Amino acid sequence: MDFSLKIEEELFLQMIREFAEKEVKPLAAEIDELEKFPTELVNKMGKIGLMGIPVPVKYGGQGGTNQMYSMAVEELSRSCGTTGVVVSAHTSLCVAPILENGTEEQKMKYLPKLASGEWVGAFGLTEPGAGTDAALQQTVAVDAGDKWILNGTKIFITNAGFAHVYIVIAMTDKSQGTRGISAFIVERGTPGFSIGKEEKKLGIRGSSTCELIFENCEIPKENLLGKVGRGFGLAMKTLDGGRIGIAAQALGIAQGAMDETVKYTKERKQFGKAIAKFQNTQFQLADMETKVQASRLLVRHAAYKKDQGMPYSVDAAMAKLFAAETSMEVTTKAIQFHGGYGYTREYPVERMFRDAKITEIYEGTSEVQRMVISGNLLK
Amino acid sequence: MKIVVCIKQVPDTTEVKLDPVTGTLIREGVPSIMNPDDKGGLELALELKDKYNAEVTVITMGPMQAEAVLREAFAMGADKAILLTDRKFAGADTLATSNALAGAIRTLEYDLVITGRQAIDGDTAQVGPQIAEHLDLPQVSYLQNLKYDGKKTFTIKKATEDGYQVVEVDSPCLVTVLATANEARYMTVRGIVEAFDKPVEVMGADKIDVDESKLGLKGSPTKVKKAFTKGVKSAGQVYEVDTEEAVGIIISKLKEKFII
Ligand SMILES: Cc1cc2nc3c(=O)[nH]c(=O)nc-3n(C[C@H](O)[C@H](O)[C@H](O)COP(=O)(O)OP(=O)(O)OC[C@H]3O[C@@H](n4cnc5c(N)ncnc54)[C@H](O)[C@@H]3O)c2cc1C
Ligand SMILES: Cc1cc2nc3c(=O)[nH]c(=O)nc-3n(C[C@H](O)[C@H](O)[C@H](O)COP(=O)(O)OP(=O)(O)OC[C@H]3O[C@@H](n4cnc5c(N)ncnc54)[C@H](O)[C@@H]3O)c2cc1C
Repeated sequence: MDFSLKIEEELFLQMIREFAEKEVKPLAAEIDELEKFPTELVNKMGKIGLMGIPVPVKYGGQGGTNQMYSMAVEELSRSCGTTGVVVSAHTSLCVAPILENGTEEQKMKYLPKLASGEWVGAFGLTEPGAGTDAALQQTVAVDAGDKWILNGTKIFITNAGFAHVYIVIAMTDKSQGTRGISAFIVERGTPGFSIGKEEKKLGIRGSSTCELIFENCEIPKENLLGKVGRGFGLAMKTLDGGRIGIAAQALGIAQGAMDETVKYTKERKQFGKAIAKFQNTQFQLADMETKVQASRLLVRHAAYKKDQGMPYSVDAAMAKLFAAETSMEVTTKAIQFHGGYGYTREYPVERMFRDAKITEIYEGTSEVQRMVISGNLLK
Repeated sequence: MKIVVCIKQVPDTTEVKLDPVTGTLIREGVPSIMNPDDKGGLELALELKDKYNAEVTVITMGPMQAEAVLREAFAMGADKAILLTDRKFAGADTLATSNALAGAIRTLEYDLVITGRQAIDGDTAQVGPQIAEHLDLPQVSYLQNLKYDGKKTFTIKKATEDGYQVVEVDSPCLVTVLATANEARYMTVRGIVEAFDKPVEVMGADKIDVDESKLGLKGSPTKVKKAFTKGVKSAGQVYEVDTEEAVGIIISKLKEKFII
C-alpha cells in the first residue's frame, strides 16, 4: 500500500499552501465579520485553475484529480471555511453533475465558464419540507412541449446570491415517487427565477445562503440534466462526491485550529510555564492530532477511490462523518486551550468553531452518514 | 524573442539554522525552493511571453534534485528546461558556476538572458555579471522594471544605492532582477499537472564547450578563509513623530553616542 503523494500532488500542495497563506488567510476574519462573499478570491482562484480542478482540459478545466481538488478545499478551509465551501459547492455540486451527466452540448456550454471561475455554480435540492427526506420535493417542473415550467422554492442554497448556473431538482411526475424527480440547469436571469431571502448564519458567514424562487419559470427543453425521472439518483450521486469536499473542508478547519492551538499553547504562560508543558495539554493535543490525521487518511482514501473509478459512496460518508465530528471536537478544544481569549474574535479559533458546526449538517447530516454506512453494512 | 532564465535551487533560508559549534549552515531537512530573485526573473520573462509571445527557457546547474525548480518553472509557464548536471561541476564557486552556465547558454539562441540579482544562500550577486562577461553581453543589474519597444530596445529602471537609474539597452543583453521587481505568479493547476510530462534536457560537461579546468572545484579560485556568526544587534526603537521632533531626537541620540 502506497501512502506517498505523487510528485505533482506535492507540487500542488506547495502552490495551494502558498496561495492560501498569502491570499486567503489575511481576508478570513473580514469575510466572516462582514458576511462578505469572497468575489475577489474567486477571480484569483479562477485564474490559477482552482475553480475547475477535476475538469478535463477539453472543457476548459485543469485536468487535475479529485485528490488535488480535496487538497485544495482542505488547504483553503485551513485558512477560511467560507472560501473552502464556495469552491466545494461550486465544484462538487454544480460542475461535477454537469461533467458526469451532461450532454456534450451542455458540457461545452457551461463547463469552460464554470471551470475558469467566470461563472460560479450552485445546487438546489433542499426545500422547507424536504431536508433529510429529500424525496419529498414540492418544486414541480411541467413539460410544456418545447420548454419546462418550474414552480417552487428551494432553501439554504450555497453560493445562491453570486452564482450564474444552478442545478435544480424538481418533481416531474409525482405518481412515480423518487423515480418522478428530474434535474435541470437553470441560469441566473431566467424570467420567473429569483433569489429570495439570505440567511444570517452561525458560521461560514461569507458564503451566500439563500432561497431560490421559481414562479412559472420557463427553461429551454435542452436544460434537462440527465434523463427524466433520474434526478433523485443524480442528486444522491452528486452528494456522494460533495461529501468528499465537505469532509476536506471539515479537515481543513480542524487543521487550522490545530495550527493555532499548538502555537498558542507554546506561547501562553501560566503558573510560570507555557501551558504546553502541562501533561493535560500534551495528551489532549496528541488525541486531537491523531483524529485530524485519521480524518485526512479517510478523505484521501475516498478521493483516491473516486479517481480510480471505484465505488466510494460509503468511504465518502465515513470521511465526512469522522472529519466533521473531529472538526467540531478539535475546534471546541482549541477554544478551551485559548481560554477566554479563544472566546473572542481576537483569535481565529472562535470563527473556526462556528465554521466547523455546519460540516455536521449539510450534504447529509451526521445521522444520514451513519444511515449510509450502516445501510451498506446490514444490506 | 527568445529568453533564457537562470534559476538556482536554494535552501529556504527562513528555515535554515546555523550549527552553533562550526558556524556553518545545517542544510539537512531544510526544504529547497526557487531562489526568490530568480522567481522575479522568471516572472519578468513570462510577462514578456504573455505580451510578445517570447519563448522562455529555464536553466539550472545543480544535482539531479534541482530538477524540482525546473518543474516549478514549467508549472508557472516556462517552455523549455535544461538541467546542467555533472560530477565535474561539483564544488563550483561563482566563477566556475558562471563558466558552466555561460557555456550552456552559448549553445542556445537568445535575445535576453535573465538571472536573479543574488542567491539567498551564496549572496554574492556575482554569477549574473560574470555570465554577461563570458558571453560578451551588455548587462544591467538590479532591475526593478523593464519596458520593451517590441523590436530591439529595453528601457530599464535599475535600483542604485540611493535611488534609481533609467537606462536603455539593446538585445542581446543580460539583466539581473530583484524579487521586488514584480509579484511572481502562482503555478496553475494545469501547469502542475502537465509539468511532469514535459522533457527536461539534461546537459553534462561534454555538452558544453568549456575547458574542464574552468569547471567545478578545479575552476574555483575562491578560498573560504573563515565563516562566523554575526553578532546580534539589539532591537531598534521606533518613534512616530513629526519631522521637527524627529530631527531633535536624532541629533540628541547622535550626541549621546559622541558621533557629533
Ligand atoms: C449553510 C447551509 C448551506 C446549505 N447548502 C445547501 C445547498 O447548497 N444545497 C442544498 O440543496 N441544500 C443545502 N443546505 C441544506 C442542508 O443540506 C440541509 O439543511 C440538511 O440536509 C438537513 O436538512 P434539514 O435542515 O431540513 O433538517 P431535518 O431534515 O429537519 O433534520 C433535523 C434533524 O433530524 C435528524 N433526522 C432527520 N431524519 C432522520 C432520520 N431518519 N433518522 C435520524 N435522524 C434524522 C437530522 O439528522 C437532523 O439532526 C444547506 C444548509 C445550510 C444550513
Ligand atoms: C561565503 C561563501 C562561501 C562559499 N564557499 C564555497 C566553497 O567552499 N566552495 C565552492 O565551491 N563554492 C563556494 N561558494 C560559492 C557557491 O558555490 C555559490 O553559491 C555559487 O557558485 C553561486 O553563487 P551565488 O550563490 O553567490 O549566486 P549569485 O551570484 O548570488 O547568483 C546570482 C544569480 O545567478 C544565477 N545562478 C547562480 N547559481 C546558479 C546555478 N547553480 N544555476 C543556475 N543559475 C544560477 C541565479 O540566477 C542567481 O540569482 C561560496 C560562496 C560564499 C558566498
